Amino acid sequence: MAEHIAPKKTYILVWAALMVLTLVTIGVAQLNLGPFNDVVALAVAVTKALLVILFFMHVKDSSRLTRLTVVAGFFWLAILIGITLTDYLSRPTVDKLRAVPPAGQLHLLGESRQAQPGNPNPTGRR
Amino acid sequence: MSSHHSALAHHFDSLEQQREASTFGMWVFLVTEIMFFGGLFTAYVVYRLQYQAAFAEASNSLLTWAGSVNTVVLICSSLTMAMAVRSAQVDKRKAIVVFLLLTILLGGVFLGIKAFEYYSEFKEHHYPGANFQFEGADPQHAEMFFSIYFCMTGLHALHMIIGMSLLGVLLVQSWKGRFNSQYHNPLECMGLYWHFVDIVWIFLLPLLYLFGANLHHGG
Repeated sequence: MAEHIAPKKTYILVWAALMVLTLVTIGVAQLNLGPFNDVVALAVAVTKALLVILFFMHVKDSSRLTRLTVVAGFFWLAILIGITLTDYLSRPTVDKLRAVPPAGQLHLLGESRQAQPGNPNPTGRR
Repeated sequence: MSSHHSALAHHFDSLEQQREASTFGMWVFLVTEIMFFGGLFTAYVVYRLQYQAAFAEASNSLLTWAGSVNTVVLICSSLTMAMAVRSAQVDKRKAIVVFLLLTILLGGVFLGIKAFEYYSEFKEHHYPGANFQFEGADPQHAEMFFSIYFCMTGLHALHMIIGMSLLGVLLVQSWKGRFNSQYHNPLECMGLYWHFVDIVWIFLLPLLYLFGANLHHGG
């Protein structure tokens, strides 16, 4: 596979698109769209990243091995963030099921969760 | 074929194979970099989910203009970097040198603005530690934002400094005519690294600077 040489025009167009998208993301951030602020911000950032990866980093014209490596990298990043969030995002539900008070109210319990004379299982071990 | 080119290492069959191997190797390194920054991005996501209000307030205290101008500067430097690689592909030695110089200059502008930002944040005691001060409702968790902010932008700036040093080496080699259309693997890998650092910043702009900007304007 001979090396692909992209025309100058391609690089200038990608640069222009990145500039426009930067203005879009700064502009949209000033509006109040509720949760859609995050959606738009991430969509724009991912689009910009894709433009850089495909054109500036030549992944569009790379071998399958290189493309697979790139995809694997971001796939692992998705695992890192995704599985971490399955823990943090499900905590309120799990705590409710276990009747654990919200973190903000734990101090109200004071020492009551510590070992007490009447507690048959002071260390919590089974 | 080009099998007798002086840049061909003895363990490769062709320049083609050598180029493929160097690109693949560079991407494997960049995957480790994705995971390196990924840990910090994960920390950001986890803590922001828990302390939305404090993070929005702390984010609003950053200099949005500086973060935005720096985004533009970095995107321009990515263009000049891509053009430097292209100049090698079409055998234009002087153009490689000029574009590499421009890339280093833009990197310098970025770090200058970043340094000014750090200076203003230190002046306002917005750096985590014993002297941290924050006027918002939840200074404790704003401090957490600033810890993540200084880690992420600091690691990013370190990558810029390393990148600019390497660019300096390649600048000298380009001047001496080491790279041409047949052989420019180091330039290509340098480009991959520089664009990766650009991508990290593309995500840092909305996450660190723009988050909560809508609340700032009375929304």
